[in-house]
Amino acid sequence: MIQFLQNLGNSTLSSFAKLGRSSFFLIHTLTAISGVILRPRLLLKQLFSVGVLSFLIITISGLFVGMVLGLQGFYILSDFGAEETLGVMVAASLVRELGPVVSALLFAGRAGSALTAEIGLMKATEQLSGMEMMAIDPIKRIIAPRFLAGFISMPLLSALFSSIGVMGGHIVGVGILGVDDGSYWSQMQAGLDFQDDIINGIIKSIVFGFAISWISLFEGYDAIPTSEGVSRATTRTVVNSAFTILGLDFILTALMFGDI
Amino acid sequence: MDNSVNNLDPEIVSIKNLSFSRGDRQIFNNISLSIPRGKITAIMGPSGTGKTTLLKLIGGQLQPDSGSVSVDKKNIHHLKRSDLYTLRKRMGMLFQSGALLTDLSVFDNVALPLREHTTLTESMIRSLVLIKLQAVGLRGAQSLMPNELSGGMARRVALARAIALDPMMIMYDEPFTGQDPISLGTLVKLIKELNNALGLTSIIVSHDVEETMSIANYIYVLSEGKIAGQGTPEQIKKLDSEWVQQFMKGDSDGPVHFHYPASDYHKDLFES
Repeated sequence: MIQFLQNLGNSTLSSFAKLGRSSFFLIHTLTAISGVILRPRLLLKQLFSVGVLSFLIITISGLFVGMVLGLQGFYILSDFGAEETLGVMVAASLVRELGPVVSALLFAGRAGSALTAEIGLMKATEQLSGMEMMAIDPIKRIIAPRFLAGFISMPLLSALFSSIGVMGGHIVGVGILGVDDGSYWSQMQAGLDFQDDIINGIIKSIVFGFAISWISLFEGYDAIPTSEGVSRATTRTVVNSAFTILGLDFILTALMFGDI
Repeated sequence: MDNSVNNLDPEIVSIKNLSFSRGDRQIFNNISLSIPRGKITAIMGPSGTGKTTLLKLIGGQLQPDSGSVSVDKKNIHHLKRSDLYTLRKRMGMLFQSGALLTDLSVFDNVALPLREHTTLTESMIRSLVLIKLQAVGLRGAQSLMPNELSGGMARRVALARAIALDPMMIMYDEPFTGQDPISLGTLVKLIKELNNALGLTSIIVSHDVEETMSIANYIYVLSEGKIAGQGTPEQIKKLDSEWVQQFMKGDSDGPVHFHYPASDYHKDLFES
């Protein structure tokens, strides 16, 4: 029993210590962001590796998610003779929930894990220490550009995911199952609200982008500098990002759409 | 004015009553040592005695439990972050792995400190980088990426990077470990030549006895958190400490036993 309490106390203390470290890390990173804006080349390079290289997985996944939505939606809606509303159902599901959430989960798996592994390995191979000894702040030179790139890429990728998803729904619903083309688009236009649906979806993806960049960079920076440490940190990035995305999604949805 | 007074001071690094521990393990127990300016000072000792830790303490990357470390008369652990960074621009460090940035070419790695800390034009940076690379014999390798270099070449590139800002001292972390005989000879020669030609102060942390003895002006031997011996290479050879002699000659048994402490062998084999 005493042992159990001891372990509980230890793990509570260490998680609070980690929370403190990650907060300092975030503050340090945010204060370094202004320097990144003055050096656009560093940012562009990271936008390419974090954003552009995630393009393929986001596009293909968006297409298939949209196609499945079109298929499932058609079967349910046609029971009520409401297959004309397929467009609004596909688009609302995508821009409100699936777009931000699924693209964030994919982004955490594709770009977040890569960031953690990269930073963790830089730590393990003494590259970060080496920079510190050259009086170059690794947070300014390495972390801040990656953070900003993640923050900028996420909403764009999420918008891309939703747009491609709508096209996927169109291919299946209109192209294969015979829903009227005009109804697909006009119902969507009438049923979606710019403020409530699209802006809220974008806000979600911005919040997710912030969270994923923070988690993945901090896990890399805080990793134990061994191969096992880096592998654990990478796993933690994916798991913690997934929990954080889903938890935040519930809170944001409640705030945006619910009356809680 | 202040600078010229500093230059006259014969001592560049002064460590007083330093203690440092990691978790429960005490790494340094009240050690004091001094590194003279313009000389090659070696810190030797078996693996795990905290030689690299000592360099990190001198560079201000770790905080001591007690005691002080002064570099160029400034207590490095009492400096503000900006002052620490200013001081670090005058200290080079060569890591065991080289610590080159893997996403930059050899040229860009050497140019990195110049680009970060100076406002020189790109053509001047190019000239400076080529001069530094020529000094380590790798001007021809400027467009290679770090993963295309051998271990010895990576260390030489890192050395070119460490001298890019013309520092007052360089700290070498195990520069001779894992090198083939040719790279080893090159590195030994380079360290000595750079020290003399550029008027540097060199601190070498190493357990390679022969190479270190051949170039060091003064040697400290560390063991179990204490200084076990010190002196010029000749004095170290004559030191009547059994431990230091075992370390220098590489004997497998002596004060440091071949066997890790264990219970009686026969008992362990037959009675359990």
